[in-house]
Amino acid sequence: MSTIIQVKELSKRFRELQAVDSLSFSVQEADIYGFLGQNGAGKSTTIRMLLTLIAPTSGEIEIFGMNLRTHRREILRRVGAVIEKPDLYKYLTAYENLSLFARMSGISPTSRLLMDQLEQVGLAERAHSKVKTFSQGMKQRLGIAVALVHNPDLVILDEPTNGLDPQGIADIRNLILHLSRHLKKTLLVSSHLLSEMELIAGRMLIIDKGKKIVEGGAAELFDPAQTIVELDTTDPSFTAEKIGYSIWQPFLQERQGGKFILKMDKSRIPAFTQDLVTQGVQVLAIRPRHSLEDYFLSLTTANQHVEAFTN
Amino acid sequence: MKNLLQYLYTAYLLLGSVLLLPTGVHAQDAAALLQKVRARLDQVNDYQASGLMKTNVSFLKVPEAQVTVYFSKPDKLKIKNEKGISLVPKGAVTISLNNLLKGGYTTLDAGMDTTAGHKVRVIKLLPQDENADLVLSTLYIDETRLLILKARTTTRENGTYEVEMSYGKYIAYALPDRVIFTFNTKNYKLPKGITFDYDDGSAKKQETSAGAKGKVELSYSSYIINKGVPDGVFQ
Amino acid sequence: MWKLLQIELFKIFRRPRTYIPFAAIAAMVLIIQLGLKFDGRSYLELMMSSLSDSFYIPYNMIMNGYLVAFVILNTLLIQVPLLVALVAGDTVAGEANMGTLRLLVTRPFSRTQLMLVKFGASVIYTILLLVWMAILALFLSMLLFGTNDMLIARNNVMEQIRASDVLWRYIAAFGYATVALSTVAALAFLLSIFAENSIGPIVSTISIVIVLTILSEMRIPLYDNTIKPWLFTSHMLAWKGFFYSRSNGEGAAIPGTVENLPAILRSLGVLLAYIVAFVTAAIWIFKKKDILS
Repeated sequence: MSTIIQVKELSKRFRELQAVDSLSFSVQEADIYGFLGQNGAGKSTTIRMLLTLIAPTSGEIEIFGMNLRTHRREILRRVGAVIEKPDLYKYLTAYENLSLFARMSGISPTSRLLMDQLEQVGLAERAHSKVKTFSQGMKQRLGIAVALVHNPDLVILDEPTNGLDPQGIADIRNLILHLSRHLKKTLLVSSHLLSEMELIAGRMLIIDKGKKIVEGGAAELFDPAQTIVELDTTDPSFTAEKIGYSIWQPFLQERQGGKFILKMDKSRIPAFTQDLVTQGVQVLAIRPRHSLEDYFLSLTTANQHVEAFTN
Repeated sequence: MKNLLQYLYTAYLLLGSVLLLPTGVHAQDAAALLQKVRARLDQVNDYQASGLMKTNVSFLKVPEAQVTVYFSKPDKLKIKNEKGISLVPKGAVTISLNNLLKGGYTTLDAGMDTTAGHKVRVIKLLPQDENADLVLSTLYIDETRLLILKARTTTRENGTYEVEMSYGKYIAYALPDRVIFTFNTKNYKLPKGITFDYDDGSAKKQETSAGAKGKVELSYSSYIINKGVPDGVFQ
Repeated sequence: MWKLLQIELFKIFRRPRTYIPFAAIAAMVLIIQLGLKFDGRSYLELMMSSLSDSFYIPYNMIMNGYLVAFVILNTLLIQVPLLVALVAGDTVAGEANMGTLRLLVTRPFSRTQLMLVKFGASVIYTILLLVWMAILALFLSMLLFGTNDMLIARNNVMEQIRASDVLWRYIAAFGYATVALSTVAALAFLLSIFAENSIGPIVSTISIVIVLTILSEMRIPLYDNTIKPWLFTSHMLAWKGFFYSRSNGEGAAIPGTVENLPAILRSLGVLLAYIVAFVTAAIWIFKKKDILS
């Protein structure tokens, strides 16, 4: 399996803001690579650098084994992308938009090809409607059709489920899986909808404040044993004291006001609950969570809060 | 003393009559000369002449134009540019010498002069019609050929015009080959805010001063004489 | 690149607002033609006021299609730059505003090509505007008012051009006007790079053109010899120079000649230099720009 994207020590500085800081990662062929982070973490900036919209301050990008700076045209011919909300020409029809971008991407599409593409994203019936009459979801689908029309080997999707309803999100998910599994395309998908990423991504990169936090396979990162537990009590100060002097102290990740976030094996939750009650803590609720949100939250901000707490 | 006075008086009378005599003789000659010139001009009832009109006025830049000049006795004259526009100076009607000689007038002999190398008799005409636009005409006549070589006309409304004629092919009819017509012009200027001229950075032209003269030269190539000219032409 | 240009032109002409300048020109031309048809005499009387005492003026012959076209061009070529700015100022800023710029820049062609194609499309648009103007202002006027010799009232001289000597001058004038308007387009194009909304570049271009035109027309010695010759607005009226003939020693106009062709060519050179400068700057800046829209 070859490396499709290789990023080494990539940085971008906008005046005082270090948007991306020495980022390194790689994406393998036919992989669905998840790119995760909060808003403003540097995901879009990184993707724009991969697509030559933004020039890096330093670092190297290689795609298909070629240096992006020197082989831009050859590379972009094989890349399709949806960047944030896809905006197309509102005064043109879906068909015209698709035809236009297909030709600009270096192919001479037949009418058949264009209609097939629109069919694939469920827009065949609205092919000759102006884009200004489209809903956000339809525009998103058309954006994906534009990204795929020239049969790229690498597809980059920046927040592809933005503004979509649950059905729309599910459709995108299925499309991504289809592209990877059946069409063997390599995908780089950025999102902050971590629950979705969990379902599709093979490997992932989590970034925060422009820096890599962690990179790895989904299986590695989502250890079911690392369950996040959310605890609500009537007297948080009393609870804090009790936890602080108990065996459960190391499991505490952070305190969010009256709420306590802990991480432990799922099987230990009953024992924890019992212990609290025995110590006189009035438990309002214990909620086990197993999602990337918490994982991400814990990874990126927990350290600071725990330090503050223990000090 | 008485004899001296008588002598002086006689001498005076003699001298006076000697002096006056030529004038009296010339006064008759002037009128007679004019009659002869007029008779010559009267041969022509009408003509249609083709010519080239050159305009030399400081504020006009116009190309040479092929024109047709129509004349019909006694005083109808029209200069027409069949193919385009020609700006014909007012008073050009005076180039028709017939116009100058029509009507009643008082003749004054103004002696001899030279014009274009020819000796000419200078005769002044004062129209008797007090309401006429023409106030005074001065004719420079070649006595031997009975041709008017130059005419200067002062009008009430339009200042002074001058017409110079040179003759050649049609001398038999007293019709000139070339006419140079000189006239007064007003100052021409249009504000920049109306014209928005292109300023090419070259030295500015001298502005015309009031009272500058303009010149129009007509060179005739052919005349069609006495073949009739329809009235409609002069509308 | 030709394919890209076709696509760019397709985008421009599918957009309804593209046709507004064409409609505006048609309206302006027809208004002027109607006005002159019904009361051209008053206009001519003003033009000929210094001459009417000394000359017979054939007013109905002077008010012909060639003169009407000249009057229209005189008026329009002050407003048309603003219409050109409307489309040229939208070339890049409009794409940024629509969100399509990021799609364009990620296609497999260089930013330089993209810029050249966009500017080229603006120039073609300008040419089409001028062709439209030529059809309405010149040919329609010729139809409505007939043709004859052309009289042009300059600041201190009245020029006459023979009817047979007029058309080639109009062709040259329109050709020159294309370059003049392309200069405005190039400025709007450059300003379009800096904005994500076309209003900014359009208003800026119009403001710059107005201010520089005022500077060009004012007679202040401080500016006359220093900056005026270098302002592009000082050279935009040079198309009129094609209607000024040379005169011979006796003051007659020589048909088929131009009074000061070297000056017109110099003006043309200045405009072309501006176009090259603006477009080069636009490309250079755009190549370095981070596309955040």
